[in-house]
Amino acid sequence: MNDGAFVALLAASVVAGVPIALAALGELLAERSGVLNLGVEGMMLIGAVVAFQVGNSSGSLWLSLVVGALAGGALALVHAVLTVTLRASQIVSGLSLTIFGTGLATFVGKSIEGLPLATDFRAVAWGPLADLPVVGPVLFEQDPIVYATVVLAVAITWYLRRTRAGLSLRSVGESPATADSMGIAVARLRYLHVVIGGVLAGAAGAYLVLGQVPSWSQDGTTSGLGWIALALVVFASWEPMRVLLGAFLFGFSRQLNFYLQAKGVDVPAELLSMLPYLLTIAVLVVWGSRDLRRRVGAPAALGLPYVRDER
Amino acid sequence: MTSGDHPGETATVSSPPSRGVVALAARRVTKRFPGVVANDEVDFELRAGEVHTLLGENGAGKSTLAALLCGLYQPDDGHIERGGQPVRLRSPREGLARGIGMVHQHFRLVERFTVAENVVLGDPAQPALLRRADIEARVAEIGERFGLPVDPRARVSSLTVGQRQRVEIVKVLYRGAEVLLLDEPTAVLTPQEAEALFTTVRAMTAEGKAVVFISHKLGEVMAVSDRVTVMRGGRVTGEVATAATSARELAELMVGRPIEAEVRRGSAAGGEGDGTEAGPALEAAGVRLVQGGQTVLDGIDLAVFPGEVVGVAGVAGNGQRELAAVLAGITAPTSGRVQVAGTDVTGGGARAARGAGLAFVPEDRLGTGLVPGLSLTDNMLLTRRREFLVNRRAARREMATAIESFEIKTPGTEAAARVLSGGNAQKVLLARELAGLGTGAGPRAIIVASPTRGLDIGAAEMVRGLLHDAREQGGAVLIISEDLDEVRSLADRMVVLYRGRVALEGPTDELTLEEIGLAMAGIQPEGAVAPG
Ligand SMILES: Nc1ncnc2c1ncn2[C@@H]1O[C@H](COP(=O)(O)OP(=O)(O)O)[C@@H](O)[C@H]1O
Ligand SMILES: [Mg+2]
Repeated sequence: MNDGAFVALLAASVVAGVPIALAALGELLAERSGVLNLGVEGMMLIGAVVAFQVGNSSGSLWLSLVVGALAGGALALVHAVLTVTLRASQIVSGLSLTIFGTGLATFVGKSIEGLPLATDFRAVAWGPLADLPVVGPVLFEQDPIVYATVVLAVAITWYLRRTRAGLSLRSVGESPATADSMGIAVARLRYLHVVIGGVLAGAAGAYLVLGQVPSWSQDGTTSGLGWIALALVVFASWEPMRVLLGAFLFGFSRQLNFYLQAKGVDVPAELLSMLPYLLTIAVLVVWGSRDLRRRVGAPAALGLPYVRDER
Repeated sequence: MTSGDHPGETATVSSPPSRGVVALAARRVTKRFPGVVANDEVDFELRAGEVHTLLGENGAGKSTLAALLCGLYQPDDGHIERGGQPVRLRSPREGLARGIGMVHQHFRLVERFTVAENVVLGDPAQPALLRRADIEARVAEIGERFGLPVDPRARVSSLTVGQRQRVEIVKVLYRGAEVLLLDEPTAVLTPQEAEALFTTVRAMTAEGKAVVFISHKLGEVMAVSDRVTVMRGGRVTGEVATAATSARELAELMVGRPIEAEVRRGSAAGGEGDGTEAGPALEAAGVRLVQGGQTVLDGIDLAVFPGEVVGVAGVAGNGQRELAAVLAGITAPTSGRVQVAGTDVTGGGARAARGAGLAFVPEDRLGTGLVPGLSLTDNMLLTRRREFLVNRRAARREMATAIESFEIKTPGTEAAARVLSGGNAQKVLLARELAGLGTGAGPRAIIVASPTRGLDIGAAEMVRGLLHDAREQGGAVLIISEDLDEVRSLADRMVVLYRGRVALEGPTDELTLEEIGLAMAGIQPEGAVAPG
């Protein structure tokens, strides 16, 4: 257990889990407001390509991260306008977002395909704590975004459970008619959380190029992580801490491949690349059954546009 | 009696001087919806410490007035006054901020939230960080003070309808409402729950709060209110002090014309001996029905004799609907027998039941009872299967006679059934089903589900009269309804269903309301819970 490769594997798993966690936490907020956004993959790609371009030309890590996140938020805003204001189908709008995001990222990314990025997030060591065996490298020698993600998951839990605003948000996702009659601004809350969801997805994409693989490649950058994030929200029963845990597990399973290869065990890469789609199918099965959905704890009004009924 | 015309007259009604302050008022408010004026220059005054009933038939405009008073709707004309000052309430939230709270006919609760969470939802007075213990303590305290026991930690999805209503009331009291608008609160309650609600209402007025109580049930109006404002067709037709009026006067204000003497349940026609000797016209023996793994009817024995009206009562979902379907032959029972006039029709379908002399008026009048797209004449012909060729001319004559004698409002015998209002559809159905009664060719037994549900007083009165006549002519009438008042006013004998079993049975006159209510709630008189 104490071999260096295994500790490296654990440390890498944490890093690999961060973008999944960020994107899934964002999607969780949107879904808690009752809006399903299948555009996570598209928003992540846009965030990644924009962050890469900004990073390339400015050299500033934080600026790249912020602009990438905002790009994701902008795409989510389109989704909010279509589904909240115009009451379009959330499924159709979300899928279009992914198609659009993928297309645009390919187009913008053509010139930078395969280029490396000069700058990336570096780990910060927590003084003597980082020297502890195993836990040191895994927990106390990571980059700032890793810690920010953990803090975010805790904060969202607290927001949902303990605050007045969180209660309002949950009511909008459970029963918008009730929320409306209690004076809660349903549309405003939905817009807000869909856009925050997009910002987090954009940040997740940005982190992929800024923190993990400092290069851009159309196929390799997200490779279905957005779909995994979507599935994770369902498997985590819309609970932030479970999302975080699940994200690290997924990160581990992705890194395990490399570890096993290094150990001489050969796992077909195809198996791994199938994973997002298998999970998506599993989620759609759950989604298709009202009863299952209720049982796994889906917000009762998830996926439904809200029309105020005067009667 | 129109308050708008003679404000001086109504001002003389007695009410304690200390409670004279006008808490909330509507001044000549008008509210239009496409094609209908729901409130037409309505005047309404509510004084502190009083229970003021808004009485009117379905569609009279009561809920609309309440919505205007609480800020859900804004008047097209006229204005609302709170404490003597004109106010503009742009939302229920603004209404609540001024101490006006409404409990809707259809509850507004988040099922997955706890009671406490529902209570503080959207409350601007809550701190940004919710203090659960404080909230729960206050909910409990309010429950104590007004007789509204609720567990603040329970999830709403696990509560009964009566408990949910209490949560709704606690919710508005928590926000400090001084004026409460209760829209048809007793419609969903058992008699005992309604009685508890009246106690709560009195506790609230004792603290100086004012309550608007919306209802169309005359009995409870007389029991609970200090004053009554009657509405009809969007207008106020009168405002009276309860002490100075009678149920009859109120009924006339509601309908807009004198009411004939209420149909009395006389003693069963023909004396008890005759009918019993002839044997039951409709009989169920040990009827069990299992649907989707659930036992919905569990060994029902029931007999209806010629010349009597039997009523089946119970809280919705205790097997009434299924019993009607089994007796009418629509659903085959899992076990047990159904006989119509001595003929076993078990499993023979609706055709066998009708053939043996059973008539059936379903709850769903336009759809199951009448074919909406067919003319009245064609609907009349639907159940005549004796001749090969239809005699359209005779049917049309029959329909024309029915239209005349039952005062059915329709453009003519060839109008499509879909244009009929609920009351008129019911009259057409009864005309068809009761045709030939007592002549030997007509039905021997008739089942009517919710005979007067949704009908205005005039139509309900006529339907009661028709059923009464059917009994006089020796018909066996079975009424199945979720409305206890309806059953009690029509039936000679009553049966109460609880979880698919007969929980109570006896002559209507000999059963007390309390006994019936306990049976409906599944509680046996000794206090033990009925098996189920
Ligand atoms: N939101 C609405 N849109 C259109 N018509 C309405 C609406 N609300 C009520 N009405 C109509 O206004 C009239 C009064 O309705 P309502 O106030 O609900 O009566 P009540 O509560 O006395 O039964 C009815 O004719 C009803 O159909
Ligand atoms: Mg109403």
